[in-house]
Amino acid sequence: MSTHTEGHGDISTGVAGGDSNASATRITPGNALRPEDIALEVKTGLVKPSEDVAEYALRLGDDALILAQRLGHWISRAPELEEDIALGNIALDQLGHARSFLTYAGAGMLKEDGTAKSEDDLAYFRREHEFRSVQLFEQPNGDFAATIARQFVVSYYQYELYRRLTDSTDATLAAIAAKAVKEVDYHRDHSSQWILRLAGGTEESRTRMIHGLRLMWPYVGELFRDDELTQRLAEAGAAVAPSSLREDFDRLTAEVLAEAELEVPDVPAAPGGGRQGKHSEHLGYILAEMQVLAREHPGASW
Amino acid sequence: MAAQNLQSVPAELTPEEDAAGQAHFDRIIAEDSRIEPRDWMPAAYRKTLLRQISQHAHSEIIGMQPEANWITRAPSLKRKAILMAKVQDEAGHGLYLYSAAETLGQTRDKMMDDLIAGKARYSSIFNYPALSWADMGAIGWLVDGAAICNQVPLCRASYGPYGRAMVRICKEESFHQRQGFEILLELSNGTPEQKQMAQDAVNRWYAPALMMFGPPDDDSPNSKQSMAWNIKRFSNDELRSRFVGMMVEQVRVLGLTLPDDQVRFNEDTKKWEHGPLDWHEFQEVLAGRGPCNAQRLERRRAAHDDGAWVREAAAAYAAKQSAKQQKEYAA
Repeated sequence: MSTHTEGHGDISTGVAGGDSNASATRITPGNALRPEDIALEVKTGLVKPSEDVAEYALRLGDDALILAQRLGHWISRAPELEEDIALGNIALDQLGHARSFLTYAGAGMLKEDGTAKSEDDLAYFRREHEFRSVQLFEQPNGDFAATIARQFVVSYYQYELYRRLTDSTDATLAAIAAKAVKEVDYHRDHSSQWILRLAGGTEESRTRMIHGLRLMWPYVGELFRDDELTQRLAEAGAAVAPSSLREDFDRLTAEVLAEAELEVPDVPAAPGGGRQGKHSEHLGYILAEMQVLAREHPGASW
Repeated sequence: MAAQNLQSVPAELTPEEDAAGQAHFDRIIAEDSRIEPRDWMPAAYRKTLLRQISQHAHSEIIGMQPEANWITRAPSLKRKAILMAKVQDEAGHGLYLYSAAETLGQTRDKMMDDLIAGKARYSSIFNYPALSWADMGAIGWLVDGAAICNQVPLCRASYGPYGRAMVRICKEESFHQRQGFEILLELSNGTPEQKQMAQDAVNRWYAPALMMFGPPDDDSPNSKQSMAWNIKRFSNDELRSRFVGMMVEQVRVLGLTLPDDQVRFNEDTKKWEHGPLDWHEFQEVLAGRGPCNAQRLERRRAAHDDGAWVREAAAAYAAKQSAKQQKEYAA
């Protein structure tokens, strides 16, 4: 596999069998892997992740789910109609990835009756400390610049991660990543263009952009932290060691920031701990809102 | 700007040119063909269309709010995805409609300013609150259902850009209506609490949805001219009656009831009839005294104002880039 992203915008690198005409905004039947397909494979016993892979899928699913929840709040509140649509698209893409990862994770986490946990069991009936998302994803939307700063970091990180995961020895992880990497590439494009516009727009937008980046940068380090799980999975070829993404991430984000005449923020790193269930104060509120209705009607189907 | 090229705001024309234009316009209407942006059109036709299309666009934008209210609380991830996509479609509908209205000589900025200033109308239905998850079903089934009955004939509206925008919008709307129906069906077949939630939502949205077709025919002064211009094809009461007939069939499949014991098929007129509607309430909501009028406008104003610095930044950046390119081109 190619381990190095040459530059910004080479969307086909490392994506085996990708369709360069696929749109992130359109359903591509026969090509796109849907969460329902994974659920069916789980049900019929065609796929079952190892305990480690399930835990890993849970991490990536939680990241995407929490971000989708955050971004979903923007719809009907964005600075322009075009951004209601764009942020909505990104939220939908993230939600789609979350559903696939969580469905797969659930296949390795059985309920008391011996059946697999569903995406909804995992999303709606876990508590804060059981979520495995890193803290960047739960950071508040703030103003549009803060949202763009968060999305900029996320999209460059996810792109490097998913690009490599397409070569995972775990076929389901590879398939989810192959769909996701194409979509996340559009997210890179969206966020980097806004970084340039806001940094090069007005004095106010530049000030806000710098502030937004400073708000998010303490949570960058956590994205690239290895632990025992990722080490085991990376050695087996199923996952990617987070630390191995850092070099490309640093180089590519620095290119965009340099073009925008911005500095990489020099701010102290937060301790993080999301992968072990340690979260910021924000996650509790996110879950309270997201889970309230489902928990009022346990066992109901919608 | 493409919109400016399409604009056909008339320059000073001679009486002879006006007469020729009117004759051309009359012929197109008589042939039931299409008026395009560059064609001559009567000032009143332009004004009527601009009002109708911009109101329709505003309705899509304000209509995002009651449903966006449930995105973060949707009770399953699949429903969350469907709802997000639906609200996003509404933003898209707003965009096509603002573009269609721009071909009549009004900018989107001006239309947005009029909306926020309370000078422009949008469909009153969106001034009712979305109180439970079942409202996502009832809005899709009843509100989008009524919208489709209104809008399918508009696909043949005499003004080309409007008719063409409506074709695409109607396709998506019928998808939305099916999704609403499916939400209600799932609830109706669910727990007793879920079924109660569904019935309550249908009870609250039924009458406001019927009023979406506008006042009764004998109290709808603008309808006649719009029908003569081939903008409107059927009267308010005719469309309302058709809609009631459709709902009567569908509510049975849902296992729910319509909150109207006077619904019946009149064998003499061959039309569906319904119980009396509270037109006083309709006028009150129209006059700004509905449950959510202030809230909806304030939310739109806040989003617009909060985003002002972003739009200014994008414009400033675009201007700088274009100046830079011109400089490079000149060098």
